[in-house]
Amino acid sequence: MLEVQEATVRFGGLTALDHLTLSVADGEVVAVLGPSASGKTTLLRAVAGLQPLDEGRVLWDGTDLAAVPPHRRGFGLVFQDFALFPHLDVGRNVEFGLRMQGMSAPQRQRRAAEALARVELAGIERRRVATLSGGQAQRVALARALAPEPRLLLLDEPLGSLDRTLRERLTGELRGLLAGLGVTALYVTHDQQEAFGLADRVVVIDRGRALQIGTPEEVWGAPAGEQVARFLGLHNVLDAVVEGEWARTAAGPVPVPPGTPPGPVRLLVRPSALRLDPHGEIEGVVRSRVFRGDGYSVEIETGDAVLEAILPRAPGVGEQVRLRAYPEGVSLLD
Amino acid sequence: MGLGRASVTRRRLGTALLAAVPLAFLLAFFVWPVGSIVATGLFPDGRFDPDPFRRALGGGLPGIAWFTLWQAAASTGLTLLVALPGAYVFARFDFPGKRLLRTLATVPFVLPTVVVGTAFLALIGPGGLLGFRLDGTIWAILAAHVFFNYAVVLRTVGGLWSHLDPRLEEAARMLGAGRWRTFTTVTLPLLRPALAAASSLVFLFTFTSFGVILILGGAGLRTIEVEIYRRTTALFDLPLAAVLALVQMVAVTGVLLAYARYQERRSVEQSLRPAAEVARRPRTAREWGLVMGTLLPTGLLLLGPPAVLVARSLQGEGGWGLEFYRALGEPGRTGARLVDPLQAVGNSTGFATVATLVALAVGLMAASVIAYRRGRAGRWFDALLMLPLGTSAVTIGFGFLVALDAPIDLRASWVLVPLAHALVAMPFVVRTVVPVMRSVRTRLREAAAMLGAPPGRVWREIDLPLVARAAAAGAGFAFAVSLGEFGATAFIARPDTITVPVAIFRFLGQPGGLNFGRAMAMSVILMVVTAAAVALIDRYRPATLGEF
Repeated sequence: MLEVQEATVRFGGLTALDHLTLSVADGEVVAVLGPSASGKTTLLRAVAGLQPLDEGRVLWDGTDLAAVPPHRRGFGLVFQDFALFPHLDVGRNVEFGLRMQGMSAPQRQRRAAEALARVELAGIERRRVATLSGGQAQRVALARALAPEPRLLLLDEPLGSLDRTLRERLTGELRGLLAGLGVTALYVTHDQQEAFGLADRVVVIDRGRALQIGTPEEVWGAPAGEQVARFLGLHNVLDAVVEGEWARTAAGPVPVPPGTPPGPVRLLVRPSALRLDPHGEIEGVVRSRVFRGDGYSVEIETGDAVLEAILPRAPGVGEQVRLRAYPEGVSLLD
Repeated sequence: MGLGRASVTRRRLGTALLAAVPLAFLLAFFVWPVGSIVATGLFPDGRFDPDPFRRALGGGLPGIAWFTLWQAAASTGLTLLVALPGAYVFARFDFPGKRLLRTLATVPFVLPTVVVGTAFLALIGPGGLLGFRLDGTIWAILAAHVFFNYAVVLRTVGGLWSHLDPRLEEAARMLGAGRWRTFTTVTLPLLRPALAAASSLVFLFTFTSFGVILILGGAGLRTIEVEIYRRTTALFDLPLAAVLALVQMVAVTGVLLAYARYQERRSVEQSLRPAAEVARRPRTAREWGLVMGTLLPTGLLLLGPPAVLVARSLQGEGGWGLEFYRALGEPGRTGARLVDPLQAVGNSTGFATVATLVALAVGLMAASVIAYRRGRAGRWFDALLMLPLGTSAVTIGFGFLVALDAPIDLRASWVLVPLAHALVAMPFVVRTVVPVMRSVRTRLREAAAMLGAPPGRVWREIDLPLVARAAAAGAGFAFAVSLGEFGATAFIARPDTITVPVAIFRFLGQPGGLNFGRAMAMSVILMVVTAAAVALIDRYRPATLGEF
């Protein structure tokens, strides 16, 4: 089990990690989700032992790792740019970690072949790494990190440099692979789809601090605060006063979940909770619309607020529309 | 943090051990001999004697120093000007015979200075081939310096240029910059590290120029180096020579430090492309014109003097033939001393082998320290390693004879010669290997560590294989430098340890067509061997960039 306690790293005046605490249980995949420069990579490097901590501790099964150098931690790391060794072929790249363990050549080759087969690249041992495509390089990097059977696998945006289709496919494959091997993993990404798709738990971080820790469903269903909501792409945040089953907002009346106590609150209205309705309570003017394939993302100016709605058919820009909010997509922010 | 401190301490210790060998080598074979010479000169009776300084100031030192400085600056500027078009053509175009031409263009750089001087004398000296005399003028010196250093610019600047991503220039063009603006605002700034490396090297070589000026400068033009030689050998004025050596070392140290500091700050990671992707066949008549218009004059400049040399070596007293080459089979009498050309050839190759091995071993260790330890300490270390290049070879040679008698008396041993050569060759190894080492991405080392490789193993598994090609190229340079070294060897070679350049110089100093012809024939042989060494360098030249 990995525990990070109060981890702090400063680069000059900049605090990259700010008393960050998290844990990864055995066999669990935890995704660290955050915008660029939020401290994700620093966290990973600190766990790997490549970046000394200024404060705090990294523990494995209760043992402080401070005095353990990277090569003795028994962790695997998949770099964002893969960092395959250019002077070694695919097979020797995958064998590298096993060779460091002193394993004999035949055994090594068998294990490397297994690792490559696992990522569906069987038989490419003698290929030069320069000739690999992006997706292949990613799989080789994964096979190389997995071959020595690390007790913890660290992944630094391993799909970040791949195109979207490939990324979506590999997210699923990776999930299956990690679950199948029962690997304990800490996975860093800025992509919520990836994080939600892969992880048992998600840690949302920004400016080196953990904003929320929870299952993907918890984080998506009840973002802890406006910052998390906005990072998840949910921008309809309204000041409101709850009166019974309704709340007064700048955009108009919005229904709230039953049992909400009366008084001033901040409300999150999901874009999917807004529907066009000629008798709707919210009145506004269409400001912009973007076709997204499965619908339109429409910005509507209502009173003092701008709301985003996902609509199956799009009114024209400048058109007057009426919207209704449905309580299933409305939640309270702290 | 425990980890931080422990690992930093361990790394420091490793670096210190790695730095210890090159430092000890430099102390024993550079600082100690040169220091002894300076001490003998300045503290004749164990007390400081200011008299040599007074005499130096009165004895024309300011004039000699000024001449040394401005001729070096002029040579550097002129070499850049002449060689840049060539660097461009070699970097950006593919044409038939390119490999051979690049190898040929590098040969002058490793030719013994004595041979270069003689070849130019045969061209523009008394009775020279061109029909007018330039010897004794600055023009002869500048021409020889350009000839000599063309390859430094071609390889250093052209090397980087051939890996510059052409898309950067295309991006500038698309943003509205014309050809010239693109060159001055994108290409030139990107080439700056190589330009700085090339200029500082050429400046260094011409600042300490010896053989060329000794032969072409006549009585009037003298660099500090020539003056040291004159004071030591002709006038036996050791104190004044020591003062001059000091002045030269201070100047050279300044240049080296400025360069190291500049490279340190300037070392940006560029996205370099394989040379094969950058170069292409000339397409238009205009481009062919550019290529030919650059290659032809360059060819004349670079191949002319060696061609004259070959011609002279074949022009026997009884007409054209191999008369002089046959004469190499028997020892010739120069003054009282017997010179056996065949023995000289054997000595030269043997010494060059030993010198290369020593320079490679010590140089690789030094390069690791410089590449991995940035900051002030690394900079000083870098500059210290380059110092032998900028130090008067005459002083080094003389220092060996004066100082290396204790604890073991090496003065009578043959190892003296290869040790001196290794000292001068090591900077070339370091300069070839360091940029490649620096270009090994930190990520790769970290990846190896994460896979369980301890620091020493990381070096062996990652750095060494990636650097091996650069090391092979460095070895080629060391070999060529050793073959051509003259200044120091002239002092320390004994009759049975004489090398080819020294033999050539001895033959040249003797009257008679046969001696002159033998010198020419030996020069040609030396030229061929060095060309072979350079061809080897080209074969193993790192695919990424090096500074040569």
